[in-house]
Amino acid sequence: MRHLMSPLDFSVEELETLMNLADDIRMCPEKYSHSCHGKKLASCFYEPSTRTRLSLETAMLNLGGSVIGFSDAASSSASKGESVADTIRMISCYADICAIRHPKEGAPLVASMKSTIPIINAGDGGHQHPTQTLTDLLTIRSLKGRLHHLKIGLCGDLKFGRTVHSLINALIRYTDIEFVLISPPELRVPDYIRDDVLRKNNIPFQEVIRLEEVLQDLDLLYMTRVQKERFFNEEEYVRMKDFYILDKSKMELAAKEMLVLHPLPRVNEIAVEVDDDERAVYFKQVQFGVYIRMALILTLLEVKIC
Amino acid sequence: MLNVGQIWEGFVLDHIEAGKSLSIYFDLKLDKLDSCVAIIKNARSNKMGKKDIIKVECGIDRLDLDILGYINHNITVNIIQEGNIIEKKRLTLPETIVNVIRCKNPRCITSIEQGLDQVFFLTDKEKEVYRCKYCEEKYGET
Repeated sequence: MRHLMSPLDFSVEELETLMNLADDIRMCPEKYSHSCHGKKLASCFYEPSTRTRLSLETAMLNLGGSVIGFSDAASSSASKGESVADTIRMISCYADICAIRHPKEGAPLVASMKSTIPIINAGDGGHQHPTQTLTDLLTIRSLKGRLHHLKIGLCGDLKFGRTVHSLINALIRYTDIEFVLISPPELRVPDYIRDDVLRKNNIPFQEVIRLEEVLQDLDLLYMTRVQKERFFNEEEYVRMKDFYILDKSKMELAAKEMLVLHPLPRVNEIAVEVDDDERAVYFKQVQFGVYIRMALILTLLEVKIC
Repeated sequence: MLNVGQIWEGFVLDHIEAGKSLSIYFDLKLDKLDSCVAIIKNARSNKMGKKDIIKVECGIDRLDLDILGYINHNITVNIIQEGNIIEKKRLTLPETIVNVIRCKNPRCITSIEQGLDQVFFLTDKEKEVYRCKYCEEKYGET
């Protein structure tokens, strides 16, 4: 039995297989529409989520399975003080697979240690969000045609953004990857990413403050939100916030083939006017998220489709 | 010079940095051991100037040397049987340490989940970095 705790739980070859399955689901969804008939997904969300929860639940319903669960801790036994270990032992008796989002880092791992069914980490605090990373990889592979030979701009809050850290860790396993890290000095990637991941693996990267300076060279731009409360002072925020807002005029500087991704929710870091640009693929990304989660559920449940 | 008698079976922990013996005494849970324990502080040492020594008379399977490796892998461990040193053990940093240190990350599941072992893995031997099994936070960073 396998679980998904981190995007690195799958080797590059296993990821290829998973993404090939997601591609096949995209091409022939009807082939898979009853593949999980009689199976149940327990969707255990100890904190609010829109995309991840609905995406996982949609994935299971698309496969012909059903869904049980809760969408906030208040409506679960956690509010009575039940431990994660006890909750998962109970859920293992009800469902065939379980997705857990929890504000405490490592909670899904604790669940996986006691569970008799596969566990999907659907986000644990600021730690991991592997299904988002799988979504990002499938989006890039499908729309760019490759996961190697890419110059990737990561823009915004690179310090606290778990999706950015996971994506860096996942992409360095491919050849000829270069990163451009675009952020205010306060929100640069943590030292362990810069030293233990990028430098240690000889991955070329540069750190810049202004998005305009580098846009023309990028194959991909991965946007994240810069939150006001992350800045040391209001003045700095006011001075820099526009650097990280992608609008039509900035898009004119970018290459014709550059794609814009965003894990969503978007607030104001991408102007609405950019949504109509063909290069803005963040809503397509959401759709790819369903396909990869369908492929993940099938893989973890070891369902074979003839 | 103070004389502390020979032990028949047990351990002599030598080359402990002067003044550290008492904390090692508690880290190794020697206070819980119903055995004869001698703590020698500030003994003369050619190599270190001053050093501490701990002698423990107990069965040689009673001590968790992994903990000692984490506390200070420069300590010399002499294993004594029938009054003679039968082995001088070199300590190495343990790959895993369980219930020796606690994760200080308030966002970690270990901060709320009852009955969960505090487990750390050695992730960088050169820099002696340990990370929590659950949240992967570096020990001492939070």
